[in-house]
Amino acid sequence: MIRINCPYCGERDHSEFSYGGDATINYPSLDASEKEWTEAIFFRKNIKGFQFETWHHSNGCRMWLVVERSTVTHEIKSVKPCHPNLQKVVENNK
Amino acid sequence: MTKFNAWNLIKNGLNGQSYWTRQWRDPEPKSSYDVVIIGGGLHGLATAYYLAKNHNIKNVAVLEKGWIGGGNAGRNTTIVRSNYMMPGNHEFYEHSLKLWENLSHELNYNVMFSQRAHVSLFHSPGAKDSVSRIYNIMRLHGTDAELWDLKTLKKKIPHLNYHNSRFPILGAAVQKRAGNARHDAVAWGYARAADTLGVDILQNCEVTGFTRKNGNIESIQTSRGIIKGKKIGFAVAGNTSVLWQMAELGNLPIESHKLQAFVSEAVKPILDQVVVYGVGGAHFYISQSDKGSMVFGGDLDWYKSYAQRGNLPMVQDVAEAAMAIFPSLGRIRLLRHWAGVMDMTMDGSFFICKTPISNLYLNAGWNYGGFKASPASGWYFADLIANESPHSYVQNHNLERFEKGINIDERGAGPDPKLHG
Repeated sequence: MIRINCPYCGERDHSEFSYGGDATINYPSLDASEKEWTEAIFFRKNIKGFQFETWHHSNGCRMWLVVERSTVTHEIKSVKPCHPNLQKVVENNK
Repeated sequence: MTKFNAWNLIKNGLNGQSYWTRQWRDPEPKSSYDVVIIGGGLHGLATAYYLAKNHNIKNVAVLEKGWIGGGNAGRNTTIVRSNYMMPGNHEFYEHSLKLWENLSHELNYNVMFSQRAHVSLFHSPGAKDSVSRIYNIMRLHGTDAELWDLKTLKKKIPHLNYHNSRFPILGAAVQKRAGNARHDAVAWGYARAADTLGVDILQNCEVTGFTRKNGNIESIQTSRGIIKGKKIGFAVAGNTSVLWQMAELGNLPIESHKLQAFVSEAVKPILDQVVVYGVGGAHFYISQSDKGSMVFGGDLDWYKSYAQRGNLPMVQDVAEAAMAIFPSLGRIRLLRHWAGVMDMTMDGSFFICKTPISNLYLNAGWNYGGFKASPASGWYFADLIANESPHSYVQNHNLERFEKGINIDERGAGPDPKLHG
């Protein structure tokens, strides 16, 4: 079991969460070329090692999180709210 | 290599089994080959075999970082079927099934292919309509497919739970020519047959880098020295992205996910088919091995991972599915479970294609279904490498299909690799 330390709820089993995907994708502007959109939607770094990824606390607070996790050892380095403003709120309340 | 036949069996039986030769050589790497296949799994070995057999290209090496049969070749539930409907896929998998039907004779090695029928249960009228459509498409293309009503199903497989009120069994979609095979024997059979034709199988030979010259890959750095190849093929599903980035080729439409499989203790014969139980996207498949063990599996672990070990929530999920459909297994003990790393692609279909490097060819993206595909995968990958143009069956199984909008998405699940079953 992976334990994810949700900034809102505390440390929980990963079975409470749903895996999203790569958290570093930047979607291009709407008038960008097909090539850029293809790259953003379909192509992935597929990192072996630490990566930033999204998780949804679907059986908890239902917030989206950014987790820095190793795809080899499953060790987690950091967990933050997805939304930058919520990140600030969480920081300020510490 | 001693051929397996009745005469040699009797002769060696009388000689204390002392005259068998080793199954394949353990050669030192040569400095250069016509074709170097990276990855000594089923796909890599099959490719080497068909390069030598179909295309007379025998100066071939297969590089394997561990031992052959130690990766996903030994981490699957050994199911062979061809129930696909998308153009390209159904022809490809049907050809694969035809190759399976003669594989033991072809390789002079008993791969224990057993056409015991693949039985896909359905639980609602909607599911019946949906699966009927797929199985009708199969029939239109000459693949065997049929529907079993509840009466037939109960007669054929009496031990299923026919009293499940949440997901009542209404019948099953069946492919009778499907079944399973012994995975190790397939790896060993292809290795032995390829070796006999002159292919060098280099185990403990990990690729650590590439040297580029004039846009091509000139040589491969490995843990056993530098090896040159005029043509190079990747067949390393699970780790494709790692090798792809080692060759500085950027991103791929692939995520690596792990898929678990389970083996129970051996019991007396109870199940003579491969049974698939799929509800609401969940997924459970089970068969009984010749030794008597129940072999079964479920879904991915649902998060990206390169770890070859499964996590516990999926063990529970699979156990729950087993109890829902096969309650008599309730007290059976699990002997082993393991995970293999899958190339999950953005549309659930594979890649056999050329790459931006002109002497590099790609075989990847096998999702849940690499085992059954291995003979045809080797066949068409060898064809691509030898003839430098893809066969019509795999003409759209390339990296450009996403930009062109011709995704081959059997499930219609969209660009999320973990959703493609």
